[in-house]
Amino acid sequence: MHMSDALLSPAVGGALWMVTAGAVAVSARRVERAPDARRVPLMGVLGAFVFAAQTVNFSIPGTGSSGHLMGGLLLAALLGPAAGFLVLASVVCVQALFFADGGLLALGANVLNMGAASCFVAYPLVFRPLAGAKPTGARLVVASTLGGVTSLVLGALGVVAQTTASGVSTLPAGPFLALLVPIHAVIGAVEGLATAALLRVLWRARPELAPASAPSRAARMFTVAIAAAAVLVAGLGARLASALPDGLEWSVARTAGAAPAEPAPVPLPAVAGVGITLAAVALLFALLRALRRRARGA
Amino acid sequence: MTVGGAGQLGSLGALASRDTPAARLDARVKVLATLAFVAVVASFGRHDLLRLAPLALFPLVLAALGDVPLRALLRPLALAAPFALGVAAFEPLLDRAPAFTVGGVAISGGAVGMATILAKFALSLSAALLLVATTGFDHVCVALRRLGAPRALVAQLLLTHRYLFVLAAEAGRSLRAHALRAPGRRRPTLRVAGTMLGALLVRALARAERIHAAMKCRGFEGELPLVRRGRPGRPDALFAAATAALLLVARAVDVPARLGAGLAGGLP
Repeated sequence: MHMSDALLSPAVGGALWMVTAGAVAVSARRVERAPDARRVPLMGVLGAFVFAAQTVNFSIPGTGSSGHLMGGLLLAALLGPAAGFLVLASVVCVQALFFADGGLLALGANVLNMGAASCFVAYPLVFRPLAGAKPTGARLVVASTLGGVTSLVLGALGVVAQTTASGVSTLPAGPFLALLVPIHAVIGAVEGLATAALLRVLWRARPELAPASAPSRAARMFTVAIAAAAVLVAGLGARLASALPDGLEWSVARTAGAAPAEPAPVPLPAVAGVGITLAAVALLFALLRALRRRARGA
Repeated sequence: MTVGGAGQLGSLGALASRDTPAARLDARVKVLATLAFVAVVASFGRHDLLRLAPLALFPLVLAALGDVPLRALLRPLALAAPFALGVAAFEPLLDRAPAFTVGGVAISGGAVGMATILAKFALSLSAALLLVATTGFDHVCVALRRLGAPRALVAQLLLTHRYLFVLAAEAGRSLRAHALRAPGRRRPTLRVAGTMLGALLVRALARAERIHAAMKCRGFEGELPLVRRGRPGRPDALFAAATAALLLVARAVDVPARLGAGLAGGLP
C-alpha cells in the first residue's frame, strides 16, 4: 500500500512532505515536552518490533492468502498518538531507505497515509471511544477491527487522492477507488483482529501497561488540525500541479482523448540520442569502476 | 517484507562502512543531493521517457564511486516492484490512443506511460538505496539532525534501525519453532500468530527496559549523543556542483533530442 515516487508529482509530494514535517515536529515537541528517558529505548524497540512483526505472515481465515501486521493502531494504543506517530514515521523512513518501499519523495505521503490515518484519526476518534477505559474481550475486538478498517481505508483514499492529484498515472479515480477500498477494508479488519489479539496477550501478561486516561481535548484538536491541513495542502498542491505545464498537458491530453490526435512518428533522433546518452553513462560507469578497482588493488 | 528482506538490510548498510570516495563525502550533501534528484525525476511528465536517460548518470556514478555492486540495488528493487508494476500495468489498458508510430507500427501512449513510470521507479528508488549504501544509516541520521530534524525523531530512527535485526531474528526463531511443531501448516493461523507476536512483544518490552538500564549506566539522560564530524570540503562542493549541473541540464534541455539532432546534422 506504499505510495510510490513514480506516481507522485513534485508539487503534491512536496506539499505532503511539508504537512508531514509539521506533524512530526509537533509530535516530537509533545514527546520531548514530557521527558521520560525510559520512553526513548521503548519507542525504538517498538519500531523494531513492528518490522519484526511484519515478517510473521499468518493465514487469513476463509481465504487462501496471508497477511501481516502494519502496526499503526498498535503503536498508538501502546504509546499514545504523538509517540506512536513518531515511531511509525521512523519505520516508514527506514522502509523507504532500505527496502525501496515507496521512495523518498513519497515519504511524506506514506507517513500521512499510514501514520496519521491510524494515530491521529482511527485511534482517537474510533478506537478510544469504542474501547472505553477498560477494553476487554468483545469491546476490544470491535474497537480494533473498526479502527483497523478506518485507518486502512483512509490510507487507501489517500493513495487514490495523491495519485489523481499528481496526474502521473492515467488511472481514473473512480475505478481506482473501487479497486483499492474494498481490499483495504478487508486488510484493515485483519489488521484490527491482529491488533486486538496482540493487545490481549500483552495486557494479560503486563496489566500495568493497559491504558488509564482518556485522550485530552488538545489531542483531539490536533487531530482535526492535521486532517484539515492535509486536505488543504493536497488541494492547493493539486491546483498548483494543474497550473504547471506538465499537469496542463496531461489534462488537455485526457480531454482530447475522445478525438485522438494524429500519432507522431517516433522521434528517431531523440531515440538515437538516448542511445548515445546511455552509452556515455555506461562508459563513464565502467571507467570509474576500473579506476576504483585499480585504486583498491594498489 | 520477508525474513530474507531483513537480512539484506544489514548488507546494504555494511557497504557504507568501507572507505570509498562516495563514503567520504559529507552526509548532508548526499542527503540533499538525493532529495533534489528524486524531485527532479518526479517532475517529468507521463510521456517524457526519453528525457529521463541523462538522469541515470547520478545513481551510476554514485554506485561506481561507492563500490556498490549493482546486484545490491537490483534485489531490493525487484522485491519492491509489484506495487509500481501493478499501477503501471493499467497504463496500456487505459490509454490506447497511438502516440507514436515506428515503421508503420503504432505505439500507444499507455505503453510509453508505463515505461516512464517504471523508469522513474528504478531511478528514484536506486537513489534512495544508494544513499544508505554509500553513507550508512547512522551518518544519514546525524545529517538529518544537523539539517534540523527533531531530536526525538532522530533518536527513534537510530534505535529502530539498531534493534531491527535483533527482533527480526527473534521473530525468525519463533517462526522456525512453529514450523517444527506444526509441520503440516505453512503459516500460523491468526490466533496462533497473535500469541506468537504477543510473546515477542512482551519480550521486546522487557528488552527495552534492559536497554534503558544499560543506557543509564552509560550516562544516558534523555538525549542520544551524536558524533558530528567535519564540515563540507572541496570534494563535497564538487559533488554538489556536479549534481546541480546534471539536474539543471536534464530539467532545462532535452539532451537526447539535442544529441540526436546534432548527430543527424553531422551526418551527410
